[in-house]
Amino acid sequence: MADDKAAAGAGPRRGGATPYALLAPGLIWLVIFFMIPIWYLLQTALSVSDTTGNTSFVWKWANFTDSWTNYHDQYIRSFGYALASTLLCIAIGYPLAYFIAFRGGRYKNLLLGLVVVPFFTSYLVRTLAWKTILQDNGPLVRVLRSVHILDANGRLLSTAAGVVGGLTYNFLPFMILPIYVSLEKIDPRLIEAGKDLYSGAFRSFRKIVLPLSIPGVLAGSLLTFIPSAGDFVNSALLGSTNTRMIGNVVQGNFLETLDYPSAAAISFVLMAIILVMVLAYTRILGVEELGAGA
Amino acid sequence: MTAIAAEAAAASAHASATVRGKGLPPWLRSIGKNALAVWTAIGYLYLFAPIVVIVMFSFNDLGDAIHPFNYTWKGFTLDNWRDPFKYPDLGHAMLKSLWIALLASFFATIMGTMIAIAQSRYRFRGNGLVDLLLVLPLTTPEICLGSSLLTLFLTLGSPQLGFTTILIAHIMFCVSFVALTVKARIRGFDWTLEDAAMDLGAPPARTFIKVTLPLIMPGILAAFLLSFSLSIDDYIITVFNAGSTITFPIQIFNQQKISVPPQIDVLASMVLFASITLILLGTMSRVVRDRRLATVKP
Repeated sequence: MADDKAAAGAGPRRGGATPYALLAPGLIWLVIFFMIPIWYLLQTALSVSDTTGNTSFVWKWANFTDSWTNYHDQYIRSFGYALASTLLCIAIGYPLAYFIAFRGGRYKNLLLGLVVVPFFTSYLVRTLAWKTILQDNGPLVRVLRSVHILDANGRLLSTAAGVVGGLTYNFLPFMILPIYVSLEKIDPRLIEAGKDLYSGAFRSFRKIVLPLSIPGVLAGSLLTFIPSAGDFVNSALLGSTNTRMIGNVVQGNFLETLDYPSAAAISFVLMAIILVMVLAYTRILGVEELGAGA
Repeated sequence: MTAIAAEAAAASAHASATVRGKGLPPWLRSIGKNALAVWTAIGYLYLFAPIVVIVMFSFNDLGDAIHPFNYTWKGFTLDNWRDPFKYPDLGHAMLKSLWIALLASFFATIMGTMIAIAQSRYRFRGNGLVDLLLVLPLTTPEICLGSSLLTLFLTLGSPQLGFTTILIAHIMFCVSFVALTVKARIRGFDWTLEDAAMDLGAPPARTFIKVTLPLIMPGILAAFLLSFSLSIDDYIITVFNAGSTITFPIQIFNQQKISVPPQIDVLASMVLFASITLILLGTMSRVVRDRRLATVKP
């Protein structure tokens, strides 16, 4: 449809200075409050601070090496949890998106809407509700104990399983929506063609649907991995000191112990790692699919 | 177009059901077919489990406990709903969150829509760079957005952390969402309509207000609602830039170790029901509008 109209001369046109004037307020806002702060974050990361939280900039690169020596457990744990929750999101989200896209029929929009409805309640209240579900004398733990998946004193709260479960839950829609978008785009005639050439259902899934949906899976993985890796709410509410993630360290050092340089160094490293992943992704697949999460 | 695709997909699914899986025994095929539905149902159960808990526990009867912990079911009562603002701290925090969300979405919607119009209406150098600048905030961990903004405010020494800095932060992360949402919604918009209006003598401003704006309004509204819900819910970025200002999520995080009264669930359920109502109204008005448009189309 868009193509027809573009052909009729309705596509983007040159407008001299007008587009730049339209872009200016929003982009200036993003530059001042998103790009420039990254510079200040780096500057803080290379500073020393006194006990009152005043920092002075001294090119102290040791902050970066110190952050790894002091917090490598939390770094590794964060990326481990984020990876686990991303894989779980694929396992839960892919079939769900597939069902909506290919079996949804006229309920497609309703089913899609139902995926987002839970996320109209507050993030923190939702996570507290998980605390209710996972608690030690709750029905879920009792069932798992009775079938010996958990031993007699086994718990879900304060464990890695609890935190990963919470992360998976909170970021699941960011997986489902991009996968759905990429599945929806698949031309059903391709599957028809496969069928005409005597391809079975599983084979046409493997040879046609799966490869075409990989961009959606990758976008979804990025969009679930990133917030999971930087999260500290799930660990704070559902976890214990043994499940502390890198986000908890950044939050604690910034807002409680006022150790700004170390917190800034960790935050900067986290941002750099994620940025490399994102740029690698956009090099390969472009920015288009990432917007699908919105 | 999507309706046709959906029909075709449904038809092909139907057609392939009869031929698919040659050589497999029928019982295996039926399990294979239902397994997907069962897995999907489990997925929805997982998505809705906490929502059921929130709505259910908003009716939990915790009596007169001074520090209630709303984690175990004690019995049914309507008292919590009769007195949703029993704890003034929660109510004030909610009000503050609503204000911030309203103001942040207002400014973010204006700036984001301008970006979206510039990108879909005009061809200009640096479009790819704009795309990247829009996507990067969405793909940066919130904790990095929040903490780097804090270092800016700390280094400059102003503005004082509080309402203003929260607002600045919220506008920042909402602008990207608005721009991308509006852009997706107005893709394929027929800009020649503007030429038509101007050919008929309408000045550019009038053309925009009378022709363009009404047509792209649904996308703008959707973007406004999205940034409203993102803003009202944000904890991680907010807590870094809040100073001593307390929003609803901050209040909950701070008090959850001391007490979790059922009023939290009542307020959360209210927000949930209000959002669902808004969405239903939005969908209905769109259906009505589409029908009306369908009658005038040639």
